[in-house]
Amino acid sequence: MSGILVVLEVRAGKLGAINWEALAAGQKLARLTGGAVTAAVLGAATEAAGAEIAAKGAARVVRVEHNLLERYTSDGFTAALKQLIDKEQPAYVVFPHTYQVRDFAPALATRCGQVLIGDVIAIGDGPVFTRQLMQGKLSGDYKHAGGGTCFVSVQAGAFRAGEAGAVAGSVEAFVPELDAAQIRTKPGEPFRESKQTVDLGSAPLIVSVGRGIKEADNLPLVEALASALGAEMAASRPICDAGWLPMERQVGSSGQTVAPKLYLAVGISGAIQHLVGIKGSQCVVAINKDPEAPIFEVADYGIVGDLFEVVPALTEAVKAAKG
Amino acid sequence: MKVIVAIKQVPERDAQVRVDAAGKWIEESGFQWSMNESDAYALEEALQLKEKNGGEVVVLSAGPERVGSTIREALAKGADRGIQVESDGLGDWDALGVAKLLAEAARSENADLVLTGLQSDDLGYGQTGVIVAELLGLPHASLILHVEKTDAGLTVKRELEEGWFQSIELPMPAALTIQSGGNKLRYATLMGIKKAKTKEVRKTTPAELGVTAPAVVTLNQIAQPKKQKTTQMLSGGPKEAAAALVEKLKTEARVL
Ligand SMILES: Cc1cc2nc3c(=O)[nH]c(=O)nc-3n(C[C@H](O)[C@H](O)[C@H](O)COP(=O)(O)OP(=O)(O)OC[C@H]3O[C@@H](n4cnc5c(N)ncnc54)[C@H](O)[C@@H]3O)c2cc1C
Ligand SMILES: Nc1ncnc2c1ncn2[C@@H]1O[C@H](COP(=O)(O)O)[C@@H](O)[C@H]1O
Repeated sequence: MSGILVVLEVRAGKLGAINWEALAAGQKLARLTGGAVTAAVLGAATEAAGAEIAAKGAARVVRVEHNLLERYTSDGFTAALKQLIDKEQPAYVVFPHTYQVRDFAPALATRCGQVLIGDVIAIGDGPVFTRQLMQGKLSGDYKHAGGGTCFVSVQAGAFRAGEAGAVAGSVEAFVPELDAAQIRTKPGEPFRESKQTVDLGSAPLIVSVGRGIKEADNLPLVEALASALGAEMAASRPICDAGWLPMERQVGSSGQTVAPKLYLAVGISGAIQHLVGIKGSQCVVAINKDPEAPIFEVADYGIVGDLFEVVPALTEAVKAAKG
Repeated sequence: MKVIVAIKQVPERDAQVRVDAAGKWIEESGFQWSMNESDAYALEEALQLKEKNGGEVVVLSAGPERVGSTIREALAKGADRGIQVESDGLGDWDALGVAKLLAEAARSENADLVLTGLQSDDLGYGQTGVIVAELLGLPHASLILHVEKTDAGLTVKRELEEGWFQSIELPMPAALTIQSGGNKLRYATLMGIKKAKTKEVRKTTPAELGVTAPAVVTLNQIAQPKKQKTTQMLSGGPKEAAAALVEKLKTEARVL
């Protein structure tokens, strides 16, 4: 049992940035534990992806190719990767923590008698894997205690993608044995719900509201601040789940990704699924009554206080400054 | 249609968490507990499926005695009966161990559908439902917002990243992990609360289920997270802090 297998994901025909971060995490594990890095990619036609990964610095790439892998299914991917893992016997398997990985990696680990250490934000000596607990209020250090392959998935943005290698790695094919009868689910094409009427992605100023607002009736308080600033309104997921603002105003992993000059978060705790959507912001301001809210870990400026007092005061101050 | 819903009791949302003396878990004394958020949506989906298709909703929870109050809350909202896997020592079980408890407790029920939340608000593994599916040999789908019964089985709406969705067809029996926001949550009625008191809650234990879980993955230490940025905290009353912030945004950050 040796080596590190990094399983990369092609989504809508592309290899997204999180893949190179997962590759970097695999390379970090290689430095800590020894062993070579192999990258794997699954699909029905993986030639282009395989070449792209080899050029990005993976010394060895395995293309796991089969007609039944054309569309992602948990059954297909789990069965194919189980065969690859049985053959390769890696010490570590590393994934990017995507929705697809969340869907099958726990089943794959279980089939191997293992437990996935999911959504890892750092890897230290040991190796020790750090992940968040209590919605980001705490972090926990995990270790793989048993023998066998250790399964890890890494959070978006946690590892810095490395430089491409000078020489491209080798690429080989692996054809798993799959049978259509093994695949029990029938996935449909991705679709979007409704036409977007606001473009939060290019808004320069955003005021975003979270569950701290307590009731829909209190929203005008924050809307007044947004209009004083000339900012777009956005929200965390629970506000949109409750139907208080339309889903197109939701920021985060399942909503919009924004990159404003100013992102002002009101009564938002700062769960990672929210924070991944605001990484590109130039300046983050947080108003929260809890001094230990995780949002303060990424804020440039913070006010600890009751939003029902701070927000009206801020609206006045903005109006005064604008004259 | 018989639906099992796995429900976890977690610390209430705004609870102030403190690391315990051993640095292994949080100080549990003195805070309130509530139903995990996505589990409340899983329960709602189950209740609506029962209203449309008939059948039974069974809630399943593993944890110490206090977990009983969350089971009662689910019964008050309309679940028919409960199963509690009682254990004080789940703190150092990993996701596979807890999933084994849930799977074994569910197995003899032969349900048509096993629902879990997609992620717990405390440990946040985001795995238990998928592992339960694998242990029970059921097809599964995760991050589900809506479930419809069809002649062939189920059609579900799955959330993808960045505002995309997908529908998936799967046969029954099946397991699904439910994402928040697909439905509007109901409140328990007074009548429901009264009725819940007489509903059956069967208790069992890990030993009775034949599950001893040697941990494959261990949590060695917990801590306050490291800061990524140095945040300038603006102090004073709301007025002073607001004025100071506007000044900083204009002259220092230059974003206004
Ligand atoms: C797969 C997945 C995808 C997700 N996608 C997204 C996503 O795209 N976007 C998203 O936002 N979330 C998403 N979530 C949910 C996310 O994990 C959090 O649950 C959510 O972001 C929390 O929203 P919140 O901060 O508004 O609420 P809470 O976490 O409840 O925080 C409320 C905050 O308000 C503060 N507060 C309360 N009262 C006051 C007051 N009077 N004055 C000042 N502050 C106050 C509290 O201290 C607290 O910090 C996703 C979760 C999962 C599992
Ligand atoms: N102890 C438990 N009792 C009942 N259900 C649980 C328990 N732990 C996890 N679950 C279920 O599994 C889901 C995912 O949990 P997790 O894998 O910890 O994020 C939760 O939303 C619950 O539905």
